[in-house]
Amino acid sequence: MSEQKRAGKLIDFEDVSVSFKQRKKVTEAVRDVTFSINEGEIIGIIGSSGAGKSTLLRTINRLQTVSSGRVTVEGKSIGELNSGELRKLRSNIGMIFQHFNLIGSKDVYSNIEFVLLENGKTKEEAGKRIDELLKYVGIEDKKHSYPGQLSGGQKQRVAIARALANNAKILLCDEPTSALDTETTEAVLNLLKQINRELNITIVLITHELDVVKEICDRVVVMDEGRVVEIGDVYDVFTRPGSEFTKTLIRKENRFVIPSNVLENAHGKIVRIDYFDENAERALIAEAIEEFGVRINILHGRIEFIKKKPVGVLYISINGEPVQTRDALKYIRENSGKMEVIRDA
Amino acid sequence: MLESFIEIEDKLVKALQETAFMTITSLVIAVILGIGLGLVLYITSEPLLSKNTPVYEVIGFIANTISSIPFLILMIFFLPISAAVVGTKIGSKAVLVPLTVAAAAFFGRLAEASFSDVDKGVLEAVISSGARKSHVIFKIVLPEARISLIKNITVTAITVLGFSAMAGLVGGGGIGDLAYRYGYQRYKKEVMIICILLLIILVQLVQTIGDLTVRALNKRGR
Repeated sequence: MSEQKRAGKLIDFEDVSVSFKQRKKVTEAVRDVTFSINEGEIIGIIGSSGAGKSTLLRTINRLQTVSSGRVTVEGKSIGELNSGELRKLRSNIGMIFQHFNLIGSKDVYSNIEFVLLENGKTKEEAGKRIDELLKYVGIEDKKHSYPGQLSGGQKQRVAIARALANNAKILLCDEPTSALDTETTEAVLNLLKQINRELNITIVLITHELDVVKEICDRVVVMDEGRVVEIGDVYDVFTRPGSEFTKTLIRKENRFVIPSNVLENAHGKIVRIDYFDENAERALIAEAIEEFGVRINILHGRIEFIKKKPVGVLYISINGEPVQTRDALKYIRENSGKMEVIRDA
Repeated sequence: MLESFIEIEDKLVKALQETAFMTITSLVIAVILGIGLGLVLYITSEPLLSKNTPVYEVIGFIANTISSIPFLILMIFFLPISAAVVGTKIGSKAVLVPLTVAAAAFFGRLAEASFSDVDKGVLEAVISSGARKSHVIFKIVLPEARISLIKNITVTAITVLGFSAMAGLVGGGGIGDLAYRYGYQRYKKEVMIICILLLIILVQLVQTIGDLTVRALNKRGR
């Protein structure tokens, strides 16, 4: 799989800007965006609302035209395609949405059939393909239900089936889980992972839920006010954010603070330790106690996994002889990802 | 009241026929023209289809102009045109032309609103799948808007029925004309009451047909 991930560029943004004119006021939704999306990867685009994520996503299938710059998909500059070529390109790019966007007046079967017939399949071919697709997304029994009769998770599965109907190579996801509950989100994300792995479909996903990115993305793009402020491996961006904006975004999400009464009742120095990469798996606290003879009390802590690699935060209080405490802190500082003294007593 | 009912029975039947003829004929043509007008307005205002502001503005202006002329005046204004189109300046037939034009302009705007109410997301979804615009319009937008369209056709039918009451002015006949000539000019209060009752029944009938159609369509899915 990792070989596929390095298979090369599939989508290329070169100095892409999009601006809207509304009543003489020009809004710049996307500004000078340049980066590439690799074949076979799952890439997440995050940022606060109004950051231009949706607009940028829609430039990939030209639902949104760019004001300047160039978007290239599989080496073709999509701004230059004529309407026939554009329709062909679009049939190779599936898209799913927050509100599913199924055709309410058509049942599940007809919803999918429509896009198949539009791309030149016969009724018979379409019927076969629909059975295949519904089986793949796990809702064969809902073939003749209307969207109004389905749950959110089922609707998104139909939408995914429809998006993949014409053997898409790219799947664009616009907040695909934002209207779903936690459990359904998990199931839909697993389905997306499965699609990426088994069908080698490149997934571009925008979301405001950082957990979604941590769960399934390989790389993440952070956008703020139309600009890309950071791009990189998900684990790296979440553990070592480079831009101020990303730091704030992550901090907002991780409202991770100690209750004040715990702080008041604790003795000694209070230290926050962030650990990641190889440090996360070390018995750092035990080592410090053993080596320096200090008393360490764990006040608060959490560990989570991003792409199966651990990331942890620990609040500890530390007591002991001043010299030993100092050495212990030095040891912890050198061996953890990041250490910060919260209260120096 | 019963006496005068028998007395005017023939006239009543004739008036009813005239009203039905004017209303139904012009409604059918107006619905077809109005859907076309509504589609043009919708397509030229929707960025995902073929947004074209100048075309939208010009056609919208024409529709608004027609809608802003009181029907009575529009009818007189249209007499020469009626003569050219249906060959006569008087009678129910002559009224058809202005009635259809007014109804089409009125319904066109309502149809545009029905189309605009179609979920933009659905439009995005089907366009992003590579569908042809013409298929998006006829296979998605029209079926998706059908319930809203039926509701607006009902409103238009009732409006046309109201307009047709003014047809008497150019000899178009109908229930409104009967009420005016007998009920008002000849002081036959009973005729007036019967005509009003008849119009109320007709409006209720149209509304009920509309509601039942909507309910039948709603049963499928949604």
